Amino acid sequence: MKKAQNRRSFLALGAATAASCTKPVATSESGAHMRVYGERSPHETSARVIRELTASLGTGSSRTPLHEIYGTITPSALHYERHHSGVPAIDSATHELLLHGLVDKPIVLTMADIKRFPAFSRTYFLECGGNSVGDQQGTPMPTVQGSHGLLSCAEWTGVKLSLVLQGVGLQPEAKWMIAEGADAGRMARSVPIEKVLDDALLVYGQNGEALRPEQGYPLRLLLPGWEGNTSVKWLHRLHFAAEAAMSAKETANYTELGKDGKAQIFTFVMEARSVITRPSGGMKLPPGGGLHEITGFAWTGKGRIARVEVSTNGGATWADAEMQSPVLSLALVRFRFPWQWDGKEAVIQARCTDETGYLQPTHEELVAVRGRFSGYHYNAVRPWRVAVDGAVTVA
Amino acid sequence: MAGLYAVALWAQGRPATSEEMKRRDLTVFADGRGLPVGKGSAVQGQGIYKAQCAVCHNDRGEGREKQYPALVGGIGSLATDKPKKSVGSYWPYATTVWDYINRSMPFDHPRSLSVDEAYAVTAFVLHLNGIVGESQELNEKTLPLVEMPNRNGFVPDQRPDIKAKR
Ligand code: HEC
Repeated sequence: MKKAQNRRSFLALGAATAASCTKPVATSESGAHMRVYGERSPHETSARVIRELTASLGTGSSRTPLHEIYGTITPSALHYERHHSGVPAIDSATHELLLHGLVDKPIVLTMADIKRFPAFSRTYFLECGGNSVGDQQGTPMPTVQGSHGLLSCAEWTGVKLSLVLQGVGLQPEAKWMIAEGADAGRMARSVPIEKVLDDALLVYGQNGEALRPEQGYPLRLLLPGWEGNTSVKWLHRLHFAAEAAMSAKETANYTELGKDGKAQIFTFVMEARSVITRPSGGMKLPPGGGLHEITGFAWTGKGRIARVEVSTNGGATWADAEMQSPVLSLALVRFRFPWQWDGKEAVIQARCTDETGYLQPTHEELVAVRGRFSGYHYNAVRPWRVAVDGAVTVA
Repeated sequence: MAGLYAVALWAQGRPATSEEMKRRDLTVFADGRGLPVGKGSAVQGQGIYKAQCAVCHNDRGEGREKQYPALVGGIGSLATDKPKKSVGSYWPYATTVWDYINRSMPFDHPRSLSVDEAYAVTAFVLHLNGIVGESQELNEKTLPLVEMPNRNGFVPDQRPDIKAKR
């Protein structure tokens, strides 16, 4: 039935074309129409997993299927989400960014104004500060999507904030920038001015097209290498001040409670981390052993990954994995490692070292220092167990 | 060319008017700057809380299910192996409570409270936590003076704090 319809519309198209050309154009029985905006094959089902945190829809997260991503870029439709009051519907034609506070010339920029600045594109990872909180508490999710999926990587396009600020006359007392979103809750975070002037971006593009609404359309802040929450989405106000706002999301949340009852505040940088995404929890290898490629991601908020190592014997020995070039600073790095599985039970894991010499800790090393309830910035090694029947589970 | 990139003003937008800056500026600092003139007490906030907050946060701020956070409890629990974070046990500044309620709550109708209602319901939430008296008036002057139990509970970033071994 469907096929017949398709065929009819093809014939119609052919007839229309024929009318305007001298020669009839052949159409193929099996070929589909072109589309003005493409969609993936109906045979592909890769999807985010949504976790609503409240009955009021919108406060929650959706996680990237890391085990199904090829290469290093997260397709925009699969980029992770974390919202505190849903996704607002904003028209870019009327959206405005207010810059005020300790500046000589407070201004309002439209999206057209922002796009007049010279554009800057760069590939950066983005990871939620709360990624893998369950792992730290000792209740890890069974799949890599569940445990690590608040992680994505995209090519972002926008303008360097330092360039925009040349026009407003930043005053020397301005030590912080309070960034506020136009979401229902007007979420706000304070950012030290050093980061603002170093590499902060006003972003309107994601993977070559406009930001997706759930990524902050039409404008978001992007702070490379820092916990995702600071890259405020739906950005509509930048307030320059001598001190931080001490907003709810930088005091009550996104602070790290230690074993002694004291909490660390303004812990921004995501430290080095890696994880094997294939084979990973929930997958099943054909039993009996054989040659398999172990692959996954490594990343660090402090620059470049220097080394990724893989162990296939529970951490007894380690060997260097191959890092796919180019290894970009502050972006996901794809690593690969050929594994001749002997068919016996095995524990596989990856660990990475960044260019500062920092080595990714084990779970035991991390909780010995931070305890189980710091809640953010968990970056420990994640071992997977491969059973004799090929089933892969959390080790 | 490089010089152009360094100094040119590519777009200047338009000057912000003081009216729109005032209207759009929600920021409240810990010392109270940014708080609008207004007042309210827990007694006045009780009815507002019942009508506009209790449906999600429960009658006395106990929270509902896991998803609607409790607004009370956990004072003294932070250093134990069952830490409970709440406005009372964890939040360092009363100004943050006012700011958050003013900008983000009620969750389904944010910024619908009047200034006085925001002071009153903040007072009620703090009263539920035993932090302010029932008829104590909170206003733009007194709110920043409220001493929160976890005022000194925060330290700066300690990382790198873990030395992993090869
Ligand atoms: C429709 C449900 C709903 C209503 C009504 C509501 N809240 Fe909330 N409230 C929430 C949710 C959901 C959160 C958590 C938001 C998040 O995760 O970012 C929250 C968070 C809070 C918090 C922060 C708690 C913490 O420790 O993180 C405070 C304080 C608060 N609400 C106060 C109020 C007050 C006061 C009112 C009434 C004026 C109110 N709420 C009405 C749903 C509601």
